[in-house]
Amino acid sequence: MIDWYPLFNSLRIAAVSSVLVFFTGICAAYYAARLPRAVKGILDVILTLPMVLPPTVCGYFLLLVFGVKRPVGAFLLRYGIKFVMTWYGGILAAAVVSFPLMYRTVRGAFESFDENLAWSGQTLGLSDAYIFWRIRLPACRQGILAGTVLAFARALGEYGATSMLIGYTPGRTATISTTVYQLWRTNDERGAFFWVMVNLAISTVVLLTVNMLETRQKEAVAK
Amino acid sequence: MSLYVDIQKQLGAFQLNVRLTAENGVTSLLGASGCGKSMTLKCIAGIERPDRGRIELDGRVLFDSQAHIDLKPQQRRVGYLFQNYALFPNMTVRQNILCGLCREKDRAAKERRASEMIALMRLEGLENHRPHQLSGGQQQRAALARILVSDPQLLLLDEPFSALDGHLRDALKIELRDLLARFGREVLMVTHDRTEAYNMSAAIAVMDEGRLLTVKPTKALFADPGSVRAAILTGCKNVVPARRVDAHTVEIPDWGVRMETRQEVREGLCAVGLRAHYFSPAAPQNRFPVCFVEEMEEPFELILQFRYQKQKKDSTPVWWRLPKEKRPASFPQELGIAGANILLLYE
Repeated sequence: MIDWYPLFNSLRIAAVSSVLVFFTGICAAYYAARLPRAVKGILDVILTLPMVLPPTVCGYFLLLVFGVKRPVGAFLLRYGIKFVMTWYGGILAAAVVSFPLMYRTVRGAFESFDENLAWSGQTLGLSDAYIFWRIRLPACRQGILAGTVLAFARALGEYGATSMLIGYTPGRTATISTTVYQLWRTNDERGAFFWVMVNLAISTVVLLTVNMLETRQKEAVAK
Repeated sequence: MSLYVDIQKQLGAFQLNVRLTAENGVTSLLGASGCGKSMTLKCIAGIERPDRGRIELDGRVLFDSQAHIDLKPQQRRVGYLFQNYALFPNMTVRQNILCGLCREKDRAAKERRASEMIALMRLEGLENHRPHQLSGGQQQRAALARILVSDPQLLLLDEPFSALDGHLRDALKIELRDLLARFGREVLMVTHDRTEAYNMSAAIAVMDEGRLLTVKPTKALFADPGSVRAAILTGCKNVVPARRVDAHTVEIPDWGVRMETRQEVREGLCAVGLRAHYFSPAAPQNRFPVCFVEEMEEPFELILQFRYQKQKKDSTPVWWRLPKEKRPASFPQELGIAGANILLLYE
């Protein structure tokens, strides 16, 4: 009998963190794209660091902030929120590590947006909110879609920061990637292989979906 | 109905300094690319913010740095036709036009006015097309429809023909000119093309390196540009340093000649302009010996370059432009130019 908990846990962590990263990434990209160059450069480094740092280092920093004996972690604990050794701590770890992928991809899309479209909307009397939701976002949907998928795939495969922050507890914090490592470590080669295949299947499906969406969009444009 | 603009803006080393009044009808901002024409339009539309100054439209203050008035683009009622037309790519032609009607709250009225505008701009059958499916001319009409339906008090056109193929351009010029005449309000058009400016506008404002040099009725500007930059921008090929000798004589040291002018020469003259069309072997006035240098053929015209006999070695040859059928059998010994055709330039 296979315990499907790691699959369920991985999917919910990746899903929730993707939603978080979707909104925060778009917001950060939108405001970063209109900052003065010097400020943008610094902000860019800070927001992109989690992408190039080893995930274990990210996990270390997360423990430094959210560890139960640290000020922030202790404060949150008073309200019953604990990111260490809980499944939703995995959301935090996955979100931090996958955020730069969303942020950078979307920022690229925003920067190549033809600002004349926004300006002409303004002179026609359209509200700035309408222009953002109905003109800017649709024009950048390729980049937003790509960023979301990359962030989701990264969150699904997150190992380093996750294992630092929430460890591996079967049936509680186990994810696919931590399970693969745990099974391999305990010489359960077949078990590890099984979860590798599951992960491979999910990633393939995700990428195929993206390709399909992109082709459909190109056809719609060509029509 | 009038537009008053007096703005300054610093952009790095570039200084924009424009003072301009435009009355009913089309006014062109003529200048080389990068001279601040488009920046001026953006300041008027409220997309860019000037450092100092005042912009007033039909008595409404759109911007006043001293009174801290800076209306949003949405409140200015200034239509802006972008160089690339800026149609929203994710919307159909009809949806684009409905965007211009966003101030109209009554749904039925909205639909009715959109349909009227579609008919007026001959866009029937294209309502449900996306912008990229339209030809350049159709895109221009759709973009204009979207702007006109929003009932702007002022229309700004940024190089309206630059995105079109040459053969379409002339047909659309006539079409747009008639449409603007019916629009009946102020239009400010940016262009670097003197023919376009001449075709389309009643008055021309000449800009150079962020400065507004002069505003004149179109024909007056071409007849008397007044400054070196304006002479070059209106297409004068022969602009050469000169100095005043007396009220009707100028000396052109580079060419080693003195010429008589019909217009009175004021103090402070620094150059003269001689349009390449006006030289003639038959002209009795200002005749001097010349020698042929080079020729260049155009589809219907011929450019012959020559030098005056006493012309300085390092100065550029003079251009003479004439219809091909008027080509002389042999290059004339002497060329003259009427004194009325010498442009006096003071700056």
